[in-house]
Amino acid sequence: MDINPILLAAAIMVASTPILLAAIGELVVERAGVLNLGVEGMMITGAVVGFIAAHESESATLGFMGAALGGAAVSVIFGLLTQFLLTNQVATGLALTLFGVGLSALVGQGYDTTTQVTLSKMPIPVLSDIPVLGTVLFRHDTIVYLSLILVAAVFVFLTKTRAGMILRAVGENHEAAHALGYKVRRVRMMAIMFGGACAGLGGAYISLVRVPQWVDNITAGTGWIALAIVVFASWKPWRLLLGAYLFGGVTALQINIQAEGLDIPVEYLSMSPYIATILVLVVLSGGRAPGSLGKIFHASS
Amino acid sequence: MNRRTLLAAGATAAFAAALGAPLRANGKIKVGFIYVGPINDGGWTQHHHHSAKEMVEHFGDAVDFVYQENVPEGPDAERAITQMCLGGADIIFTTSFGFMDPTINVAKKFPNVKFEHATGYKQADNVSVYSARFYEGRAIQGTLAGRVTKTNKVGYIASVPIPEVVRGINSAFIHARKVNPDVEFKIVWIFEWLNPAKEADAAKALIEQGCDVVLQHTDSTAPHAAAKEAGGVYTFGQAADMAEYGPMPRISSIIDNWAPYYIARVQAALDGTWSSVNTWDGISTGMVGIGEISDAVPAEVKAEAEAMRDAIAAGEYHPFTGPINKQDGSVWLADGEIADDGALAGLNFYVEGITGNIPS
Amino acid sequence: MIRLEKRKQTSRFWTYVTPILAVVLTMIFGGVLFAILGKDPVLAIKTIFWDPVFGEFAFYYRPEVLKKAAPLILIAIGLSYGFKAGIWNIGAEGQYIIGAICAAGVALAFYPMEGRWFIFPLMIVAGVLGGMIWAMVPALLRVYFKTNEILVSLMLVYVADVLIKAFSIGLMRNPDGHGFPGSRNLNDYSSAANLELIAGTGLHWGVIAAMGVVVASYAILARHQFGFHVRLTGESPRAAGFAGVNANRLIMVCFLISGGLAGVAGMFEVSGPAAQILGSFPSAYGFTAIIVAFLGRLNPIGILLAGLLLALTYVGGGAAETAMNIPSATIQIFQGMLLFVLLSVDVLTNYRLRWAAKAGGV
Repeated sequence: MDINPILLAAAIMVASTPILLAAIGELVVERAGVLNLGVEGMMITGAVVGFIAAHESESATLGFMGAALGGAAVSVIFGLLTQFLLTNQVATGLALTLFGVGLSALVGQGYDTTTQVTLSKMPIPVLSDIPVLGTVLFRHDTIVYLSLILVAAVFVFLTKTRAGMILRAVGENHEAAHALGYKVRRVRMMAIMFGGACAGLGGAYISLVRVPQWVDNITAGTGWIALAIVVFASWKPWRLLLGAYLFGGVTALQINIQAEGLDIPVEYLSMSPYIATILVLVVLSGGRAPGSLGKIFHASS
Repeated sequence: MNRRTLLAAGATAAFAAALGAPLRANGKIKVGFIYVGPINDGGWTQHHHHSAKEMVEHFGDAVDFVYQENVPEGPDAERAITQMCLGGADIIFTTSFGFMDPTINVAKKFPNVKFEHATGYKQADNVSVYSARFYEGRAIQGTLAGRVTKTNKVGYIASVPIPEVVRGINSAFIHARKVNPDVEFKIVWIFEWLNPAKEADAAKALIEQGCDVVLQHTDSTAPHAAAKEAGGVYTFGQAADMAEYGPMPRISSIIDNWAPYYIARVQAALDGTWSSVNTWDGISTGMVGIGEISDAVPAEVKAEAEAMRDAIAAGEYHPFTGPINKQDGSVWLADGEIADDGALAGLNFYVEGITGNIPS
Repeated sequence: MIRLEKRKQTSRFWTYVTPILAVVLTMIFGGVLFAILGKDPVLAIKTIFWDPVFGEFAFYYRPEVLKKAAPLILIAIGLSYGFKAGIWNIGAEGQYIIGAICAAGVALAFYPMEGRWFIFPLMIVAGVLGGMIWAMVPALLRVYFKTNEILVSLMLVYVADVLIKAFSIGLMRNPDGHGFPGSRNLNDYSSAANLELIAGTGLHWGVIAAMGVVVASYAILARHQFGFHVRLTGESPRAAGFAGVNANRLIMVCFLISGGLAGVAGMFEVSGPAAQILGSFPSAYGFTAIIVAFLGRLNPIGILLAGLLLALTYVGGGAAETAMNIPSATIQIFQGMLLFVLLSVDVLTNYRLRWAAKAGGV
């Protein structure tokens, strides 16, 4: 056997990072009661904006900041339409994906190149020397750490802060939240923009770290997987990690099984995470969606 | 003729009427290209587009150039090709295997338009097919891989399980084994021609499993970036030279160069000498280019590879020369026997020594 | 500060005017986009919207628009019932793919036997059943486990996508295909081919089915009790319960309708325009149809028009790409803008704009 489980685990961490970033953003959006199916569109926008920003400024940091801004910018379109013009969220999200894929291909023209901008690894002192765990967890780049910190931060935000409680209230029952005087649309707009920024970061991680290159449609459906993982996680931040590593893990495993020359029909293996997600949805009755998810809010009073 | 009668006359008559004379009076010719990917994909489509533009430069004002990118294989392709015919194209190059049936269908309706379909097998009076013997380039990559590997593990990122890709794997493997009997291939199929994220994952997994040479039949530079990061891993450019990753990790490349063919075919159309042909060219005509072998390769190995390239170009050596056994150990080619083009065109098995199965 | 005030009834005036307003707005936005890219905006818009219908080659493009619109309309009509009742099947793409796989499976099983009189109808049945079975998974899970149907139906799209890609290189690969992916070409198999019934008109069985479904749907929604139940459930599930609507049964029926129609759309596509099972077969018709359903305001006639409009942007967009050298990305952006605008203007149908002295409470 040539598969090295420690390196495999570390690789899964890296491969899962874009999904995890986009998913943690979408989780907050959905907890606020908004279903934004345009994750793919926001990710690809982040991928191209991040690539261009990094390439022009020769700074990975500026690249990621640009990506977050770019993702948030297109999410504003979705926010304005769904929150102020009260359009259907499912249709608007799908349109956003169409728009984002086209937009990224257009602005990316002329950037069909590779970049020398790299994000160096940042092993954490002491911790990275722990056997096994050190390699798996503590020898990554900053964005991998950032994605983990974001998961923790979102967990704390949702469960321990007043703002998080308001956000959940808005997501569970927007009429009641409105009656209590919470600003439903403002909360949701902020959540949507946070979701856009996270998706943008995820996209940029693909175009700047994982590949690094700009090619049309480089995210290739990652945004849809992020949506799946939010469901898999039953809208709970910690379970998101499990979901992301399951999806990332199956992809990595599939490749490793092939390289090993094992006779397993890998084509079919790639659908297992989706079936697992459905099973999780069925088994975990706690996987109840936020009460107002996808519903249009209009303050009648 | 008004629209009503056009409809009544049926599609074929209508198309013929719409088309008019096959060639412009002023001697100008309209050349169309249908691409499966975006023109900046860095690989397959980009090189067809580059070659097309070279052809346009060659002819200057004599050529009107039109193209459509990102055309999905299937019904949309048929419409895109028809649109070009209606737009007055005289010769149309359809540059993906999946455009085969659409090309044939449209060609029936437009007998005066000339079609050139890449990598297919269906020919017609007004449909030529053309393809490149990329496996010749793979023989050179295999030789280099067998020589430079220290771990004796060579990774191969394969795209879609079709004969072209299988030929490439076999050719590379045969020649790697020839110079290094201990070499083993690890093959990963990603079922796509271009998916940078998957290619990066595949390259990383192969490197982690101990491969220090990674060959690819996919179009992005992602495997090179992964190899560069890992250090000490050799790669080869695919479709493009990918020279920006030289001298390490990229030590050579296979370059798609369709320009000479495009120039020749458009010239034939201009001269009125165009006829339907089946072209399968390789290193000798330049359709398959071998990128500069970098200095990271020892001089004697470089010389060996270049000698093979020249022998193939001169027609003195064929990469599929027996004795070669099939994967199950049965004889495919006897000693000195050379594979015929028919067998190569439909090649769907691994040669002896490769582990794993072709996905099906 | 502008406030929105919900209308008691949807405005008939705006119902008819908003689509026109949307098209005009899109043309303005699109014109600006094309102008920025240095393309003649008037010519671009004319090439996309006018030429395919009234231009020199309309004889070719009109049938193409019909063929492109047929699957969109079939699927969107099916979805409209559930959407009206608040039941969200967004996995029509998967049902469409499975319908195609089942229908092609039947055809390939009988190949090369002749017998169109039973093979073709059997393929239709297989397509419908395939789509229905795929749709029943989210429906049953929703009914028995209260599982969110949006997400289950979406997950099953990916599964279907994996299946068709695997089948195109495995189970269904054409044995005479020189080792290339893809099944046999069903257009070459007379018992299974869904070709134009009258050459040059674009009318294949799928187009006819789409038209039939529009008419039938109009009748059902206007006259049949089922149409009433659907609307009632959408407006007020509680009231529907009092009126004797069985919510679970309604979920199942809505999924059966949408799944069956998506499946049969897949059948007509794989035996007609697409001609074979191929990895590139899934062309997002199932997702685009969701947009079509909303653009058509979930109304059969509206869906018919929306389907034709969207098909027109595909056909005309492709023409503009070659004729004017417009990158395909621009056409995609243009479509995205069209959808944004069409969705946005609907607010005028359901809400009144009011100038408020003070900012509202939101």
